[in-house]
Amino acid sequence: MQADPAPGSLTAPLTLSFPFTRSLGPVLGTFLTGLRERVVLGIRTPAGRVLVPPTEYDPATGAGLGETGAFVEVAPTGTVTTWAWNPAPRPGQPLAHPFAWVLVRLDGADTALLHALDAPGPHAVRTGQRVRIRWAAERTGAITDIACFIPDPAPAAPPRPAAPHPGTFPDPVTTLTAPARLDYTHTPGRAQSRHLTALARHELTGERCPACAKVLVPPRGACPTCGVATTDVVPVGPRGTVTTFCIVNIKAKDLAIDVPYVYAHILLDGADLPLHGRIDGIPHDQVRMGLRVEAVWTPGTRHPAHYRPTGEPDAPYTAYEEHL
Amino acid sequence: MTKEPVAVTGIGQTRHAAARRDVSLPGLVREAARRALDDAGLDWPDVEAVVLGKAPDFFEGVMTPELCLADALGATGKPVLRVHTAGSVGGSTALVAASLVAARVHRTVLTVAYEKQSESNAMWALSLPVPFQPPLLAGAGGFFAPHVRAYIRRSGAPADTGALVAHKDRRNALLNPFAHLHEHDLTLEKVRSSPMLWDPIRYSETCPSSDGACAMVLTDRAGAARAPRPPAWLHGGAMRSEPTLFPGKYFVSPRAGRDCATDVYRQAGVTDPRHDIDVAELYVPFSWYEPMWLENLGFAEEGQGWRLTASGATALDGDLPVNPSGGVLSTNPIGASGMLRFAEAALQVRGLAGDHQVPGARRALGHAYGGGSQFFAMWLVGAEPPAT
Ligand SMILES: [Zn+2]
Repeated sequence: MQADPAPGSLTAPLTLSFPFTRSLGPVLGTFLTGLRERVVLGIRTPAGRVLVPPTEYDPATGAGLGETGAFVEVAPTGTVTTWAWNPAPRPGQPLAHPFAWVLVRLDGADTALLHALDAPGPHAVRTGQRVRIRWAAERTGAITDIACFIPDPAPAAPPRPAAPHPGTFPDPVTTLTAPARLDYTHTPGRAQSRHLTALARHELTGERCPACAKVLVPPRGACPTCGVATTDVVPVGPRGTVTTFCIVNIKAKDLAIDVPYVYAHILLDGADLPLHGRIDGIPHDQVRMGLRVEAVWTPGTRHPAHYRPTGEPDAPYTAYEEHL
Repeated sequence: MTKEPVAVTGIGQTRHAAARRDVSLPGLVREAARRALDDAGLDWPDVEAVVLGKAPDFFEGVMTPELCLADALGATGKPVLRVHTAGSVGGSTALVAASLVAARVHRTVLTVAYEKQSESNAMWALSLPVPFQPPLLAGAGGFFAPHVRAYIRRSGAPADTGALVAHKDRRNALLNPFAHLHEHDLTLEKVRSSPMLWDPIRYSETCPSSDGACAMVLTDRAGAARAPRPPAWLHGGAMRSEPTLFPGKYFVSPRAGRDCATDVYRQAGVTDPRHDIDVAELYVPFSWYEPMWLENLGFAEEGQGWRLTASGATALDGDLPVNPSGGVLSTNPIGASGMLRFAEAALQVRGLAGDHQVPGARRALGHAYGGGSQFFAMWLVGAEPPAT
């Protein structure tokens, strides 16, 4: 489901992705190390239930199972307790072709594990179905070491209690990397789109609040003080006053600006809200509060590349102290 | 019907470090929560509800972590609430928990806040590249540095004020075994000559990035009477918010912060904070924020906060010790940082602050802020029950 952007709004794809790391702790670390060795471990709670996957704390009582529980080995075979067909797998899912999401209670376990079942179609999947693990060829100590489950033609073996396991392996896995990715269609909305479209013509604009008459730059569609929509577009700048600033001496990772540089709050003439920009065309140690500056564009860019001194006398402190 | 008095009977925090690779997220919150229960002489079944706070989910990339942490916090079959208010969240989380006791919804509530910054990327989570927008020019330090410059301009504070605060807080941290930074060799001169990152903010004037958690047990009068150790009593608590940017926003001393403090003082019967409050744990992630908050919170007149710092009044042996624990400047698991302020204030009035105890502390302020100086949470705790 996706709502259409407002008429006149700009849109662009926005993808966020990041490889998060996880310290696994004693219980999940042991479980994932076991998978690497083709051993499925559960943990037995003080009440005698076998949890697969194991949890660090007893969901029933909160008891620390790393201290009071015991690892047990369960079978690589089990029974589907429920399922859902996935007709269109997304990138990163266990199988590239359609498959069933299944909850599998492995033989010897009291709880079910979520994974994928490789089956030719939904007609070939049912609750109560017998399945077994297909191990990944290369295993690293992750849930993907189980490539998926596959139907198991063998009849169910007679119930057998899960066998105690010391839970120790050489070279245990202690962390994992969990890549995360979010895909959005970003729209800045009508007010910012108007502002951004004018910026592409190298014109600076704000919008006036109909209630308090303040001119907001960049406009965000509503006055943050009055909570009413802004509609009147007002030209601002291109000159303005540095209200305050800092000198940045550490290089940001993905910013192609040499340090030191000056990051300033600039109150454009006609605006009631300072915007943020970089000051250039003056040694960084000569930038001062009250400095008069103007926007400088480089061809083909939407946003001003920086602001440079106009040569006018500095604005008096009283002209901008209410905007600090 | 009057409110139920709220007592803090259990406080726990983790050992804080740049990376706690020895524990999972559940293990981290568990360490703090277990210590809080032990302090209160309680066990998991004694807790009726759990209130959890942390910075935005995108920090560690665990969405709705309150759900997967329920086991570790013994919350099965109990209400679990999650609070979101950016960097102030540890404070607001404690206040939400307190309100459940004050309203007699629950008698005993466990409140927990955490961050595992080593497994997250705060810088990245807070400055996502947005289409059509120019790249952000600076991180958190760069965001706050211009406001520090504005403070210096308005107050005429000497350039080394920030160094005095950083040196004091880091020295205090040496007395706090839980603090992340223990810089035994730090001298004032080393702070003064540390690299200038975002002029006027130097490296040694900025907070570290920590893994850690904090937890508290809040309970009613009956619970306090059963507690094995002296409680801290809540005398006033409040939250205030304002937009990040609006015409007239006063970053040097935000109105939301002033209003929040005024509300807390009114509840607690404080008329002269400088005189009536014995110790304050303030959220100071950049050292210059000590004098700025001293003014915002009414401990000093506008433009005079730096004089209080320079006079030594805010040192551990001064008449208004600020951040005896070492503060955010020494320990910063973001989501927990606000709760650590609240917890340290409570430890002080319980007389349980160990080597960084302020002798005879009877009333203490815990303070947190977050976002673009826009979310504020504060509580005032005392050694005596509030007058009812
Ligand atoms: Zn308005």
